[in-house]
Amino acid sequence: MLTKRIIPCLDVKDGKTVKGINFVDIKTVGDPVELGALYAKMGADELVFLDITATNEKRKTLSDLVARVAQNINIPFCVGGGISSVEDVRVLLGCGADKISVNTAAVKNPQLLTELAGEFGSQCVVIAIDVKQVDGEWFVCTHGGQVVTDIKALDWAIEAVRLGAGEILVTSMNHDGTKNGFALDITRAMSEAVNVPVIASGGAGTMEHFAEALTEGKADAALGASVFHYKEIEIPALKQFLKEKGIEVRL
Amino acid sequence: MNIVIIKYNAGNVQSVYYALERLGYTATVSDEPAVIRSADYVIFPGVGEAASAMKYLQEKGLDSVIRSLTQPVLGICLGLQLMCSHSEEGNVDCLGIFPQRVKRFPNTEKVPQIGWNDIFELHNPVFKGIKEHSYVYFVHGYYAELGENTIATTYYTQNYSAALCKENFYAMQFHPEKSGDIGEQILRNFLELKN
Repeated sequence: MLTKRIIPCLDVKDGKTVKGINFVDIKTVGDPVELGALYAKMGADELVFLDITATNEKRKTLSDLVARVAQNINIPFCVGGGISSVEDVRVLLGCGADKISVNTAAVKNPQLLTELAGEFGSQCVVIAIDVKQVDGEWFVCTHGGQVVTDIKALDWAIEAVRLGAGEILVTSMNHDGTKNGFALDITRAMSEAVNVPVIASGGAGTMEHFAEALTEGKADAALGASVFHYKEIEIPALKQFLKEKGIEVRL
Repeated sequence: MNIVIIKYNAGNVQSVYYALERLGYTATVSDEPAVIRSADYVIFPGVGEAASAMKYLQEKGLDSVIRSLTQPVLGICLGLQLMCSHSEEGNVDCLGIFPQRVKRFPNTEKVPQIGWNDIFELHNPVFKGIKEHSYVYFVHGYYAELGENTIATTYYTQNYSAALCKENFYAMQFHPEKSGDIGEQILRNFLELKN
């Protein structure tokens, strides 16, 4: 039976994993290559690498770092951040990425999704949607969450899949970093509206939150960052917890 | 040991290359018929769309090269589908090494299937040491039906072929190069098959 996935996320800036930089020395978080290998060994089902500086500083994702992470893990590897063309993707796949995620560039140029799916297949194309709730309605954000557009999140999810995206990574700006739980309503709405897998992201604080995302939120996978980096939640314990809750996971 | 990974327009070639590197092997990546024919083991990976991949193989003359190989050949994911007789994806005739037809999953579940699923009814030396119902990683929207060449089964909307074997030709719908320790063991087993 197909299992639910637990996905650690490495937010990378200037070659280092940065989540929580404000309150913990960066070296204690570990470098992305070591962390990636550690998570793979601990039973992570996939690894996501986001170059969070890429959009803002108009830089391309650091391809040599992507290659070093890829060399050291034996699980699927998705890379995002600043990707805006077929050529960008070709370079990253050439570095050992298995999938790529696009965000701002696809909002600006939705046709990009069709081009990427045509070239590499839908299974390679993840649409990352950053969402923000304003007056009860969820809108799409771009540029690393700095710009709130007037595009309704659910409409964009449906359109992105129609254009060729094979998976959705939905991150709630309202929840990200709060450790108060995932945005269950929009995650569930997306999962029910499209026929591709949905990854819940933003807000993971407890093991219960993961369980909620995968049941009530109807997500196919749940992503966490700092809870894993700071060992607040260990992946093997999390998966055991989920299994005891009756959620199918790979142990 | 001379391992050649076939390079074509639908590869996650680098992922496979790194996986072999972790096992201690340096593979050659090539689309040259002579290089491919000279290999001890050939790996035919693939992530992409069936019709355009077949067209590319035909243009390069790689379709007849692959069919004529006599050493162990391992097709992965799209590689498996292209080794079957026909694919619904782009409605294209494929290499015909296996008689199976490749069909799209019905929309009763999410398509593509992405994630870890279990394999069972394992009966081939390539699964030596692999327990029934081990988890491996799948990413695909099309599947090969069960048949006499099926050497591993899995379930998504129905039972279908997780792996196929006929003579020197092996094929896996899942990605051993991305399936953790289990996948590494399967790759090791393949590279220990008698040439």
